[in-house]
Amino acid sequence: MTSPNNSKPLSKQAALVQKNLAKRYASERRFKAYGLASVLFGLCALLVLFVEIFGGGLGGFKTTQVALTLELDSDVLEVYDATNPDEILSGNYTGVIRNALKERFPDAAGRKEKRALYSMISVGATYDLRDQLAKDPDLLDTSIDVWVLADDDVDTYYKSLSSVPYAERMSDKQQQWVQNLIDQQEIRTIFNTRFFTGGDSSEPEMAGIRGAIMGSLLTMMVTLLLSFPVGVAAAIYLEEYAPKNRLTDFVEVNINNLAAVPSIIFGLLGLAIFINLFEMPRSIPLVGGIVLTLMTLPTIIISSRAAVKAVPPSIREAALGIGASKMQMILHHVLPLAMPGMLTGAIIGMAQALGETAPLLMIGMVAFIMDVPGAINDPATVMPVQIFLWSDSPERAFVEKTSAAIMVLLMFLMFMNAMAVLLRKRLERRW
Amino acid sequence: MQDTVIESKAPTAKAVQAERTKKTTKTESNAMNAKRSPTEIAESITETVGKPLAQNAKLAMRDVNVYYDQKQAVFDVNLDIAENQVVALIGPSGCGKSTFLRCLNRMNDTIDICRVAGSIQLDGMDIYDSKLDVVPLRARVGMVFQKPNPFPKSIYDNVAYGPRIHGLVNRRADLDEVVESSLRKAGLWEEVKDRLESPGTGLSGGQQQRLCIARTIAVSPEVILMDEPCSALDPIATAKIEELIAELSQNFTIAIVTHSMQQAARVSHRTAYFHLGRLVEVNETEKVFTNPDHELTEAYITGRFG
Repeated sequence: MTSPNNSKPLSKQAALVQKNLAKRYASERRFKAYGLASVLFGLCALLVLFVEIFGGGLGGFKTTQVALTLELDSDVLEVYDATNPDEILSGNYTGVIRNALKERFPDAAGRKEKRALYSMISVGATYDLRDQLAKDPDLLDTSIDVWVLADDDVDTYYKSLSSVPYAERMSDKQQQWVQNLIDQQEIRTIFNTRFFTGGDSSEPEMAGIRGAIMGSLLTMMVTLLLSFPVGVAAAIYLEEYAPKNRLTDFVEVNINNLAAVPSIIFGLLGLAIFINLFEMPRSIPLVGGIVLTLMTLPTIIISSRAAVKAVPPSIREAALGIGASKMQMILHHVLPLAMPGMLTGAIIGMAQALGETAPLLMIGMVAFIMDVPGAINDPATVMPVQIFLWSDSPERAFVEKTSAAIMVLLMFLMFMNAMAVLLRKRLERRW
Repeated sequence: MQDTVIESKAPTAKAVQAERTKKTTKTESNAMNAKRSPTEIAESITETVGKPLAQNAKLAMRDVNVYYDQKQAVFDVNLDIAENQVVALIGPSGCGKSTFLRCLNRMNDTIDICRVAGSIQLDGMDIYDSKLDVVPLRARVGMVFQKPNPFPKSIYDNVAYGPRIHGLVNRRADLDEVVESSLRKAGLWEEVKDRLESPGTGLSGGQQQRLCIARTIAVSPEVILMDEPCSALDPIATAKIEELIAELSQNFTIAIVTHSMQQAARVSHRTAYFHLGRLVEVNETEKVFTNPDHELTEAYITGRFG
């Protein structure tokens, strides 16, 4: 209405407003800057974490191998019938590998040097050789060129050559041998499949995360199967059926309190009740899953209640008004509408449980377990505990294993969060 | 207006009680009316003027009192709704007409603190009998709400929901027929017949409300309660719904709460005027809007308050 040309002088009020404007805008800009700074700080922290873990851990997905020509002499092996499982099992594969090493590096003289030479190849190589022979008995009494698994010290040294060589545990002679192998192109790094197929081991080059992954999956399965139905049922009862009285309030307050209880307390509870009182075995996913169920239940109940509460009352009225019973109203209308929220809560609870270590320490899931668990009553450990165990190990090579395991765990967490988002989107699109 | 009503409520509550026990005669109260505020007048009402009772009553309400905890929302209402008749309930906001309407199919059961006293009979059957099951009751007395509230499902499923849960039809073909005839009766069939599988929430507001009406009539209720069904709709959609109500009244008994006096005048046979929880006057609609018996009714319909 007023153009700048014929504007009247500002009233007193307007002048005051004008005076304050600059100050107001400045404080608004500051306010925005604080928020931006916080976001940037968070991103930086994330970046540092990722660079640190990925930088240190990518090597964990690779393993070093050495090329050797192995003479599978039946006299050295003491295996005369390669189809006989007993003979295969008791074969002297170490001898074959040692002979091959002596052949390859004739300059190793004296017991000390020989022992240093032998220690460059992992004990895992003998297992690989055994498996290869068992699979193909015709190899007996032939000569084969194979890549054998190097020891973790060689592995660490070889991988570190490209940057700062780490030679603390390598003698000069060993370093020369590695150099020789490099010159002859008889040493390489390849993708570490053993990391994903093997259980834990005291030898870093043979340690795998499969056992921990399976342990985590079994534990999560128990947790999900117990906590989701119980949590949803409790939430529905509390929201839809519970009379509004003191007792309900009391239950409500205590569910909120439970959500704030430190997780190690749940571990102690599991130890006291499931292991001491019920005498269930230690370190099994069943007990771990039950303990984590106790821990995740409050989260699931609280988020499920919020989801149920968020279903518009008009939908309930519509269902009741047409003559649906309360159960029909809940099953046909409230639950489908609340399901995305419930699932999100459940998956976030699961992700929390997946990363949980403390309560599992209390019930013995911190044990050193080499076998990959196959059932919920097999001794097992879980990924975060495996990370804890490896980070505690003295061998240098476990450092990158730890980082690699963290990456696998993060991958699982991201996968679960993506699932939550996806499920929510999918279910919401229907409405 | 509303503010003064609420504020003056507490101190006068006792006075009302006293007055009621004294059973003040109508002449007395009329004489006093000249100087009193509408609130005082309403609170002194002990008897509904006009003709609250009817022959062949489908729904008969006697001495209905409704309480929310300690607060009484509806006072001693006596009213009959005759078969195939449209009764409009009008009155200022907060006068208890919606509360009263929701008593008629026991929707108030969902509110924990709500308590209903008195008797409400549907074809002579007391609906507040402790043995009565509300599920079949609500199949006989359907309800359309203020805000269109279709289920977040397809149009077809919305209409088919009632017949499905009550097991009214067994075969898909029968269900198709029920859905079609309900949508036809609700005047929606031509608009949606090609997209029965699209979500009901995707329709326009007026269409949604007609869908809700179709959903209600799909279970063939005897009575339809409508709680301000047009308050969220534009005049064109409102006109369609009103037309629909006129058609539906041939087969159904309808009680409609409305804030629009024109609407009440257009669609209803009888009109009941509520004020502060009291049923002030019930008469033929024409009479209520041309020559009301009670001064409060007159004040309301002439727009002096409300």
